[in-house]
Amino acid sequence: MRSRPVLTILHRLAILAYIVFALFPLFWLLKVSVTPNDLLYSEGVRMWPSRTTFDHYAFVIAHSAFPTFFKNSLIVAGSTAITVTVLASLAGYALSRFQFRAKYWIVALMLVTQMFPLVMLVAPIFKMLSPLGLTNSLTGLVIVYTAFNVPFATFLMQSFFDGIPKDLEEAAMIDGATQFVAFRQIILPLTLPGIAATLGFVFTAAWSELLFALMLISGNDASTFPVGLLTFVSKFSVDFGQMMAAGVLALIPACLFFLLIQRYLVQGLTAGAVKG
Amino acid sequence: MASIDIQSIRKSFGTFPVLHGVDLTIRDGEFIVLVGPSGCGKSTLLRMIAGLEEVTSGEIRIDGKRVNDLPPKDRDIAMVFQSYALYPHMSVADNMSYSLRLRRSTKEKIASAVGGAAAKLGLEPLLERRPRALSGGQRQRVAMGRAIVRQPKAFLFDEPLSNLDARLREQMRAEIKKLHGDLRATSIYVTHDQIEAMTLADRIVAMHGGIVQQLGSPLELYDRPANLFVAGFIGSPGMNFFEGRYLVSGDHADLRLSNGTMLPIRKREGLESGSAATLGIRPEHVVLADNGALEAGVDLIEPTGFGIIMHVTIHGIPMKIFSQDRRMLKPGPAIRVDLPQDRLHLFDSEGKRVD
Ligand SMILES: Nc1ncnc2c1ncn2[C@@H]1O[C@H](COP(=O)(O)OP(=O)(O)OP(=O)(O)O)[C@@H](O)[C@H]1O
Ligand SMILES: [Mg+2]
Repeated sequence: MRSRPVLTILHRLAILAYIVFALFPLFWLLKVSVTPNDLLYSEGVRMWPSRTTFDHYAFVIAHSAFPTFFKNSLIVAGSTAITVTVLASLAGYALSRFQFRAKYWIVALMLVTQMFPLVMLVAPIFKMLSPLGLTNSLTGLVIVYTAFNVPFATFLMQSFFDGIPKDLEEAAMIDGATQFVAFRQIILPLTLPGIAATLGFVFTAAWSELLFALMLISGNDASTFPVGLLTFVSKFSVDFGQMMAAGVLALIPACLFFLLIQRYLVQGLTAGAVKG
Repeated sequence: MASIDIQSIRKSFGTFPVLHGVDLTIRDGEFIVLVGPSGCGKSTLLRMIAGLEEVTSGEIRIDGKRVNDLPPKDRDIAMVFQSYALYPHMSVADNMSYSLRLRRSTKEKIASAVGGAAAKLGLEPLLERRPRALSGGQRQRVAMGRAIVRQPKAFLFDEPLSNLDARLREQMRAEIKKLHGDLRATSIYVTHDQIEAMTLADRIVAMHGGIVQQLGSPLELYDRPANLFVAGFIGSPGMNFFEGRYLVSGDHADLRLSNGTMLPIRKREGLESGSAATLGIRPEHVVLADNGALEAGVDLIEPTGFGIIMHVTIHGIPMKIFSQDRRMLKPGPAIRVDLPQDRLHLFDSEGKRVD
């Protein structure tokens, strides 16, 4: 690579193009959120408005139900992420390490659940949840999101466990640990990157889920933020400025979350475990 | 320290049989080496003793106590893995003390045990490092250290040196021997390496196809291999074999090769005249003599420094000769050799040794 500067430059340019392409919608979100209402339609298409304002943010935080949506989303996404990750870690470990009779069928069933378009399931799920009093409740959302995310997260975790040599927990068991202690003290710490990835994946999925949140929740009290965004759409107009400001604010937890876990995402913790 | 008693152990993975009834009694403090070709079930046997693999049938006793159904943690055995299997998120000291911490030993006891093991293995400067910051040889030492910190009933080694280079392997081999001399711990050691087997073992177990072929001291296996498999497996370069018919005439006997050549051998009891047999002789036992009885065409010379391995053909049969005679570096197209009768091994048509 080093001796071919042209290739290096092309390589970097390709990455740059990719990043610009991926981030442009986010930039637009930010741009609209700081554009004063009177300039929004009058200036045409510009990369940056001639005047910027934080009025939209102030309004969203102070005068809308947005803080409630935000709190609801945090609760739902956080609980879902934690529940799913715990379940998926245990299930993924079992799939990775144990031989049991129904394994093949369990895996097949979990794959089947991933094949249905979610829309098909809205009605039956509503039917099931409403007699239980779980519609219009955050708990209901957490249950539904957990159910939908567990299969994929389990496969994700399984692949991380598969990457950890079996020798390690065997060594721990010979050292005097039970299988569960070996799992907790040896394997789990080494799976932190996997756990971080799973947490992040499920958190963002639950954070931005719209379909079920829309169908199962009515009324602002239990609305999550994607549903809440729709309140900026009124019969006659869409308040783009406020909507985008709310969108930018909604990005903050996801960004913080990934900042927190990125250390684990990039770290190859197993280096040095076995001869390498 | 403890004795280990293995009685008609069998193991199948599903319907695939791997071990077909292994019997082995290991005395307290003995160093046993398991050798055999790849896939013969050495690791499987070791892992069954450790409790990592279920026993299909048979019985394992440690110190007289049946352990078939005990989990590994209750067997009080230490194992050194081929891959070392160090805990990557723990320092060297923590790796070594893990077993003691699980047993809730006191801080002082842990410190002195780790200190002692580290001193024995020269690991003191490395105690705070993570495994990834160690060389292969150092990792190997840590794996050994982890095994010796708690005084277990027995040590199991599964090819612990096979990932090291030749020089380091030699050094560690000597250290393991020294360590065993100090600790006198019952040990079972799996290896592919001839020299490790010969130098370390009190007794060698030669396995093939899930069956113990021979059990004995290294020299017993070398001097009196029980069958063709052991004869060919022990020793390097491997034994030369001649197939033919065993013919008795009066009070001496011959092996007649397929081309009619007669090789004179000592008469054996218990083998019918006229039956098929295989004759074996080690390359280092072939005698080079100007007036030797056999002519050997020289195909190839391999100088090893210590000696010379000559690839020759005798009566159309390829064989190897090991010699320390430097003149043999340029031997000419043919040499003459003798096969001394007291160095010949004879095996019957089933491959069993006949004396
Ligand atoms: N978990 C398993 N499932 C099925 N077959 C297995 C399993 N483990 C080992 N085997 C089979 O059992 C046989 C013996 O394996 P084992 O690992 O004991 O061989 P080995 O003598 O240690 O070989 P090597 O010298 O290559 O390490 C092999 O044929 C192997 O394919
Ligand atoms: Mg093996």
